[in-house]
Amino acid sequence: MSLLQVRDLHVEFHTRDGVAQAVNGVDLGVEAGETLAVLGESGSGKSVTAQAIMGILDMPPGRITGGEIVFQDRDLLTLPRQERRQIRGAKMAMIFQDALSALNPVLTVGYQLAEMFRVHQGASRKEARAKAVELMERVRIPAARQRVGDYPHQFSGGMRQRIMIAMALALEPDLIIADEPTTALDVTVQAQVMDLLADLQREFNMGLILITHDLGVVADVADKIAVMYAGRIVETAPVKELYKAPAHPYTKGLLDSIPRLDQKGGQLNVIRGMPPNLQQTPPGCAYNPRCPMARAVCRKDEPPLYEVSALRASACHFWEEMFDAR
Amino acid sequence: MHGEGSSRKVAREELIQARKLLAKSHAERSYAAGEPILQVRDLVKHFPLTQGVLFKRQVGAVKAVDGVSFDLRKGETLGIVGESGCGKSTVAKLITHLERPTAGTIRYKGNDITRASGRALKAVRRNIQMVFQDPYTSLNPRMTVGDIIGEPFDIHPEVAPKGDRRAKVQELLDVVGLNPEYVNRYPHQFSGGQRQRIGIARGLALRPEIIVADEPVSALDVSVQAQVVNLMERLQDEFGLSYVFIAHDLSIVRHISDRVGVMYLGKLVEVGTETEIYEHPTHPYTQALLSAVPVPDPEAEGRRERIVLEGDVPSPANPPSGCHFRTRCWKAQQRCAEEEPPLAVPENFADSLPGEAVHHPSACHFAAERAAVVGPVET
Repeated sequence: MSLLQVRDLHVEFHTRDGVAQAVNGVDLGVEAGETLAVLGESGSGKSVTAQAIMGILDMPPGRITGGEIVFQDRDLLTLPRQERRQIRGAKMAMIFQDALSALNPVLTVGYQLAEMFRVHQGASRKEARAKAVELMERVRIPAARQRVGDYPHQFSGGMRQRIMIAMALALEPDLIIADEPTTALDVTVQAQVMDLLADLQREFNMGLILITHDLGVVADVADKIAVMYAGRIVETAPVKELYKAPAHPYTKGLLDSIPRLDQKGGQLNVIRGMPPNLQQTPPGCAYNPRCPMARAVCRKDEPPLYEVSALRASACHFWEEMFDAR
Repeated sequence: MHGEGSSRKVAREELIQARKLLAKSHAERSYAAGEPILQVRDLVKHFPLTQGVLFKRQVGAVKAVDGVSFDLRKGETLGIVGESGCGKSTVAKLITHLERPTAGTIRYKGNDITRASGRALKAVRRNIQMVFQDPYTSLNPRMTVGDIIGEPFDIHPEVAPKGDRRAKVQELLDVVGLNPEYVNRYPHQFSGGQRQRIGIARGLALRPEIIVADEPVSALDVSVQAQVVNLMERLQDEFGLSYVFIAHDLSIVRHISDRVGVMYLGKLVEVGTETEIYEHPTHPYTQALLSAVPVPDPEAEGRRERIVLEGDVPSPANPPSGCHFRTRCWKAQQRCAEEEPPLAVPENFADSLPGEAVHHPSACHFAAERAAVVGPVET
């Protein structure tokens, strides 16, 4: 049994300029103890997918128009609100990108952490506060007992992100969704936070969905990767295989266009053009206007997710050529 | 939009001619390559911290930049890296005269421009232009692209006589790879990458010799970053520009820079060529910073050594005594608290030859090489 199985998810946004297909038939799965990275640029639908799973999508303007999200054998999309609410926070939790805006600035962090226990478990103030301190220690915040009464602005960026992680961990959820958890942090602090997250995941045997645009972060921590483009998954693969031999031209383009620390200068290979407008994605394969391999069929038929091997899939008509070319 | 093919072709030819002329006039004005075009010495910027409403007392200072010295040579790119709050953006503002330094000197082609004002300042600013980080807020949403790129000509009319401006603006659009017919569009009609191209065109308008770019690609999508980086490299070759390239992304800085300076709490801690800094770092902070950058390759990742630093950057209002990095450094000893290490070739490498990679300034009492920080280098 999978911990989480998303099948054929569709999300639309109704805007003044028309309907934007933010998520267009996404399939995902995560097991306990596994890390799935969802990789994509802004507008690829990765955050919307996360919000839909978590049940915090703004509706309207958003609307889930199809698919199912099966979590521990229950389809979340058909659950009554009340039951959904009990799952959120207790069974699955989310870590946001910007901790400063995700935390309430007028409440102490101790209060906000304790709130989790008071609301979900009916703990007393005293118990809840003791647990809050314990949590802060667990995410390695120095002098937790003294700092539990501090406000979010009194903490540094890295420490605030630890508090976000503590809050997500509070009720020992089975699944954590981290939406760009380290994007706002400096590299040295980013390394600390990713290490912490990986340790805690191992300790609690949680499933982790890591949403990011950073190919470097992913290489380090993920077990498998789903690459998203224009609301669809274009490639899924175990992490090592994806980096060694991408099966979709977009993945290859991304890997080639990024300067690496262990590479010297020279002309970077670029992906020409820019990500498509979701109100009018091009016909056929959404990547075809930017793709160096595009042919007539790419402009006409949208490629399905072809099975490349038991664990890999690619939404490219010519995925076999990706391997031949090497 | 659908002009006749032939007339468009003629227009295109004219643009190409104009570009050649532009590049030529640049070359004539240019300073001999390799000489320092900008010399910064002991630059200091302290922002006062005040208390009280009516009678403001100064109770301290944020030492944003605290004694920074470097040279920028003609045609080279100097990368400046560091974490947020290390003072790298303040350095950019000081060079471009958007802030006045508390102390120190800035020399442009040998002339002290630190206290320049009036006409002299105007002349300097023409030659030192800036490209900003956020292409969404650095372009006025109510101005057309033509007005944005043409605005520098209002301040420096000697560069382009009034009748010429439209042609000049179109030429600049072409140079940065945008359609010259877009002059009458507004910034919101462009994507992030295109907007950054507009910002670069504006920076180029006055044909400056130095461009200070403060995080020019960090707000862009990954697939678009490479396009802008390539554009900046092409423009550098075409116009002989010198860049000060400020970024927190060490991979991009390595890619574009000839020399790199690493900043920590208002000071440069290590300066060297791209190879010296990335393959032979001798300062512990540089080593930690490099080791923390993830490499998008699981196999290379396994061959690297990770140094995870403890804690956060201390407040620049109250930096530690001695070496600023000692509070997070695994090598710190008593000496580090008492004596501030100078930015010079470290004692233990003093007998290394100038050609050797370890022979570069590093502000550490216990500077040492450390292998496997970046991992094996591919070219």
